[in-house]
Amino acid sequence: MSYRAYSTTAASQGLCSCHVCGLISRYDGRTKTAYCPRCNSRLSMRKHQSIQQCWALLIAAYILYLPANLMIIMETGSLISYRKDTILSGVVHLWQTGSMFISAIVFVASIVVPLFKLIALTYLLISVQKQSRRYMPKRARLYRMIELVGRWSMLDIYVVTLLAALVQLQSFAIVKAGPGAIAFGAVVVLTMFASMKFEPRLIWDPLQPKPLKES
Amino acid sequence: MFSDNMPIEGRIIDLQMQPTVPDGKMTEHHKQLIACHECDLLLREIDLKSGHAAVCPRCGATLYRKTTESLSRTLAICLAAVLFFLFANIYPILGIESRGNGNATNLYGAVSSLWDQEMHFISLLVFVTAIVVPALELSMLIYLLLPLKLGQVPPGLALIMRFLQHIEPWGMVEVFMLGILVALVKLTDNFSIIPGVALWSYAGVTFLMAAVATTFNPRDVWARLDWHYEKNKSA
Repeated sequence: MSYRAYSTTAASQGLCSCHVCGLISRYDGRTKTAYCPRCNSRLSMRKHQSIQQCWALLIAAYILYLPANLMIIMETGSLISYRKDTILSGVVHLWQTGSMFISAIVFVASIVVPLFKLIALTYLLISVQKQSRRYMPKRARLYRMIELVGRWSMLDIYVVTLLAALVQLQSFAIVKAGPGAIAFGAVVVLTMFASMKFEPRLIWDPLQPKPLKES
Repeated sequence: MFSDNMPIEGRIIDLQMQPTVPDGKMTEHHKQLIACHECDLLLREIDLKSGHAAVCPRCGATLYRKTTESLSRTLAICLAAVLFFLFANIYPILGIESRGNGNATNLYGAVSSLWDQEMHFISLLVFVTAIVVPALELSMLIYLLLPLKLGQVPPGLALIMRFLQHIEPWGMVEVFMLGILVALVKLTDNFSIIPGVALWSYAGVTFLMAAVATTFNPRDVWARLDWHYEKNKSA
């Protein structure tokens, strides 16, 4: 059966499932506030102002994405060398010094994943705003993937933290975190908030016979 | 872990008729209806075999799982995880040595060292995601599960379940573990490494936290709450 054949949503029946415990209650979103009879969480049919807030967080993440990639994330100094690394130059340096496997992991976590998240969330937001009916199951899967992989971008932050804490051998060697790390951390946090704020139900709402009345 | 193509016992049937749900009361009929949390499709619950998951026929989201003894198993894993987590926080994770100079750090040491280097945001971020959230998750789960196991409902159960749901994405134990390994590889070029007790403990925490995530079934907690509710009503 095609996914388009399914159209009976809870919302279309004036029902609302609690986002914490999953219990179904009668609530059509028109009265001001209602609470779940089982767990007392506030009921809402769709996340409040999902699209606007998601855009705001996403745009902030785009802006910070530039300094995150262009500024120095880590300074490494020792008796023989002194390096200043951005995320990309760090990956390249790792590759050249022979840790290709680790380099690939860092590349995926710090470059592929954040970029994928930004682009995928932008696509999801635009398609939802256009009330697109195309690729619905694929977009739902895309959203689940964003949720799954997003956290792994924190990898570089942890690596910098550990190195900066450990390599403090006075004149011999020193590692310092750079300002790029702050921007990068902010990008990770902002995109995580953005993906939490996104409402996946909006992907499917265009299939409803009559539009939802949201409070 | 349950993937989309996990075998489902039976099919979930799309509800075509008008459901009738009485206001504000929990009845048998209430429990039979569920809505997919990702696409809001209205569905009727089906019985599952243990270890199986029900998947939304429209969007493919995992709706719910059937687990055996989820609460006691989760409690046992949590208690073990607390022990490992304590070791992971007390002992040094890594030590380095080069030409007679050495340094070692534990988890909190790394955080506070970064704070001293004026990297307050990063330091806080690591502190929250690698220490605070896992600690909160473990202690709250134990607070919930221990009384439930003894046949009582702990005060604030619903509030804590909601809180757990909110903080869950911020616990990044497994990412931190990978971070330790990457840092280790980066250091091997210039230093001799002394792996600390916390390294092994942290590996244990990673494993156990993953086990908690797959074992813990919030549905069982709510079912237990319903059961108490029904019992009190009839008594």
